[in-house]
Amino acid sequence: MSFWEFVNDRWSRLLVESLLHVSAVVQCTVVAVVIGVGIGVAVYRSPLGSAAAIALTSAVLTIPSFALLGLLIPVLGLGAKPTVVALVLYGLLPIVRNTIVGLAGVDGAVRDAARGIGMSRFGVLTRVELRLAWPAILTGTRIATQMLMGIAAIAAYVRGPGLGVEIFAGLTRAGSANATNQAIAGTVGIVVLALLLDGVFAVIGRYTTSRGIRGE
Amino acid sequence: MASEIELIDVTKRYPGVAAPAVDSVSMTIRAGEIVVLVGPSGCGKTTTMRMINRLIEPTSGRITIDGEDTLSLNPDRLRRGIGYAIQQAGLFPHLTVGQNVATVPGLLGWGRSRVSERVDEMLDLVGLDPAEFRDRYPRQLSGGQQQRVGVARALAADPPVLLMDEPFGAVDPITRGNLQDELMRLQAELRKTIVFVTHDFDEAVKIGDRIAVLGPQSRILQYDTPEAILANPADDTVAGFVGAGASLKQLRLRRVREVELSRAVTARVTDEPAEVGRRLVEAGREYALLLDARNRPVSWAHVRHPGQPRPVGDSVSLQSTLQDALEAMLTEGGAAVVTGARGEYVGLVEMDAVIGTVQKLRGDHAEPAS
Ligand SMILES: Nc1ncnc2c1ncn2[C@@H]1O[C@H](COP(=O)(O)OP(=O)(O)OP(=O)(O)O)[C@@H](O)[C@H]1O
Ligand SMILES: [Mg+2]
Repeated sequence: MSFWEFVNDRWSRLLVESLLHVSAVVQCTVVAVVIGVGIGVAVYRSPLGSAAAIALTSAVLTIPSFALLGLLIPVLGLGAKPTVVALVLYGLLPIVRNTIVGLAGVDGAVRDAARGIGMSRFGVLTRVELRLAWPAILTGTRIATQMLMGIAAIAAYVRGPGLGVEIFAGLTRAGSANATNQAIAGTVGIVVLALLLDGVFAVIGRYTTSRGIRGE
Repeated sequence: MASEIELIDVTKRYPGVAAPAVDSVSMTIRAGEIVVLVGPSGCGKTTTMRMINRLIEPTSGRITIDGEDTLSLNPDRLRRGIGYAIQQAGLFPHLTVGQNVATVPGLLGWGRSRVSERVDEMLDLVGLDPAEFRDRYPRQLSGGQQQRVGVARALAADPPVLLMDEPFGAVDPITRGNLQDELMRLQAELRKTIVFVTHDFDEAVKIGDRIAVLGPQSRILQYDTPEAILANPADDTVAGFVGAGASLKQLRLRRVREVELSRAVTARVTDEPAEVGRRLVEAGREYALLLDARNRPVSWAHVRHPGQPRPVGDSVSLQSTLQDALEAMLTEGGAAVVTGARGEYVGLVEMDAVIGTVQKLRGDHAEPAS
């Protein structure tokens, strides 16, 4: 069976796995954004806090994903739970770092003027600082998503959902009929999905960034 | 609408710094006046000003606005009632000019249509055409235009008090001059209480109703009208700050309409030169001013060759400063011609009148005999 025949044959199953893959990545990214921006907001005023947050989230990234997932099994069991925890943890670094960089990069005069004309601290944060840091935060999120697309494949190891299932099945059955086709279908699927998602981010960026701060 | 501001024994110590940045300052800022805080870099001008809207909290002392202790108010609400404009303008780059100006009215919960009316009114006030500028972003403006928007934003909710920290410090000298003129025009209309920080003494002289010359730790070296400080600096430090040419600077504070004008011998451009010469001899004068049919000065005719008149170069108006008049005298080589609203001849300013004015200013502000 050629690769295309294989894809044609398994089309509906591949489609479901793709949807599961994207949905896991997107949902985990959303959670990582909420936590990551929260951490960034909490620490950006303090150089020490910023350094600590970045160091900590970088440390997570140095743990091989295979190892982290394995370590989570005894605690969380198999399936969705360890997948979600691992993906959220890996997604944090670029989001936390870019939130801190974005917020710290807000012009002091703008912040001073905002306070000076009577905005509350919360108002300055939500109506000025986060708006201005948004392009940086969005870039961090985009990087996180790309990273998570690949890491999510490994989650099949703990019986997580997604295209990783195809890759793992293909690799364990190496040599038997269609094993290679299966692994390749999973891999190509992830690459295609990653590109599509990147396109979605470009559109989101365009429609959520003020024309006043878009470089053009 | 304006408020009186009073600082009573106000001190600010920054944590970890032994000497206070502002040491026990007391001053009264009268309602409706522009008070300029002027002094060398680092003397505490900004700190003093920012304590008024509590961007910096005083370590001790009291500040009242219309008798009300600012510490008794919610700081955010206090600031919404005090306009604030700074050197870098600090416009919100992600918002349009209109949205920037609408910020404080929005915070105060004004209705939509009232806000948008107000935005256009404010842009007009600072000399920016609303139709052209309302929907632009700050990065699409020049530095001077950004400053104007900053001032419009500060004034949008019609606050009785306005704080300005070197608002024109970052623009070129010509734009700065224009912005100063406009602030004075605005103030003539609005009569706010304005606290203006600068380290440019000439700017202080130009726009201030009163100037507070500050020394280290914001100590008040002299607090008086520009005329009085120029005529009689309180000590050597103030004199140093006033700089050379105090008398010349005084000329900027006096207008042509305030001095006594002298009369020229006048004639029509169409008059016979011989007749003009005869009248000059009769009057014992050297020059006659020739006017056109609408009484506008055209040229000077000399008694010895009245047939070859010399054109009038510079003339001044009644609103011009004596400095402008002096400049005109120097280029004209004699008296300066003063013209009215339609360019018609009104009179002459002569050197004696200028000297007399400066002398009188010195006399008025002379130290009481001690
Ligand atoms: N946050 C701070 N912490 C410690 N010291 C400060 C702080 N802000 C200002 N200072 C010090 O307080 C003094 C007064 O500062 P301030 O900014 O009020 O001066 P200024 O008169 O406005 O000067 P400039 O003309 O340069 O703007 C300076 O010596 C400055 O170093
Ligand atoms: Mg300052």
